[in-house]
Amino acid sequence: MARLNVKPTRMVLSKLKSQLKVAIKGHKLMKDKRDELMRIFLEEARAIKALREEIEPQLEKVYQSFAIARAEMNPEMLEESLMFPKNSVTLVATTKNVMSVDVPSFQFQHSSTETGSVYPYGFAMTSGALDQSIALLTALFPQLMKLAEMEKEAMLLADEIEKTRRRVNALEYVKIPAYQETIKYIKMKLAEDERGNQTRLMKVKDMMVAEQIELERARSAKMLEEYTSA
Amino acid sequence: MNKIGIIGDADSVLGFKAFGLEAHVCSDAEMAAGILRDVVKEDYGIIFITERYYKELEADITKYAELRIPAIIAIPGSDGSYGIGLSNVKHAVEKAVGADILFGDK
Repeated sequence: MARLNVKPTRMVLSKLKSQLKVAIKGHKLMKDKRDELMRIFLEEARAIKALREEIEPQLEKVYQSFAIARAEMNPEMLEESLMFPKNSVTLVATTKNVMSVDVPSFQFQHSSTETGSVYPYGFAMTSGALDQSIALLTALFPQLMKLAEMEKEAMLLADEIEKTRRRVNALEYVKIPAYQETIKYIKMKLAEDERGNQTRLMKVKDMMVAEQIELERARSAKMLEEYTSA
Repeated sequence: MNKIGIIGDADSVLGFKAFGLEAHVCSDAEMAAGILRDVVKEDYGIIFITERYYKELEADITKYAELRIPAIIAIPGSDGSYGIGLSNVKHAVEKAVGADILFGDK
């Protein structure tokens, strides 16, 4: 495993130790974040799937009755009937915070100008199928909005999960092992230095003792000599 | 205040227009791409695109995927569903989880 390129000193060791502590804490937090994001996301994805499967056949129906209307009326008439929509849809997009991911939240207002009717045309010249398709669409619309909101949220969450997962993995498999490896290396290096120092001291002490003994011997030999010659 | 738009062929979007959405009619992918480029600059909150064009514009749409709004959502057009909406969710699951664990039954 890759050891960090640092000098093996006590300073660096204590710095690395605190970094390792932070990395481990961060890893735990990230992992929790990832798990929670995943839970929310999967819930969302299941709901989207169900909602889509509900909406799509409905939309199909809208198109079907629209096709019938198209067949029953002449194209200019149809175009004309829908030329000026009577109501408008405005959307208020606010931000919702899901596990520190900003996701949009949509509220829509459907404002019809008069009489609460959604049909922008008179009934005399238009086909009933057109009314039907617009009625269906009106009923379907809140669900479509919900779908849009949820899908966007799911996409953003998926991005965030991917990022978080990478961070978790980077910490777990690269950063933390590198720190541990380096700490171990520094500890061993320091211990080795310590031992080196110890032996050097012992050696020096031995040398000093030997020197002392030598001197002592010389002195006693000299004294012996003086004694015998006297 | 944001607008809601829909991009698609005339058959698909007219109904939505009657309902009050900003309808953008297009007849081919190139035109749809141009419209998309224009509408993302405006203050749309949601842009629905019929699946036929969504498929063609996939590369452009992924560029806007990171933006909070607009949400660009595929819906089936009058020519029926290509299953793109669902496959988008599937891709998101694959991206997030690493494997498809929701749609595996299909």
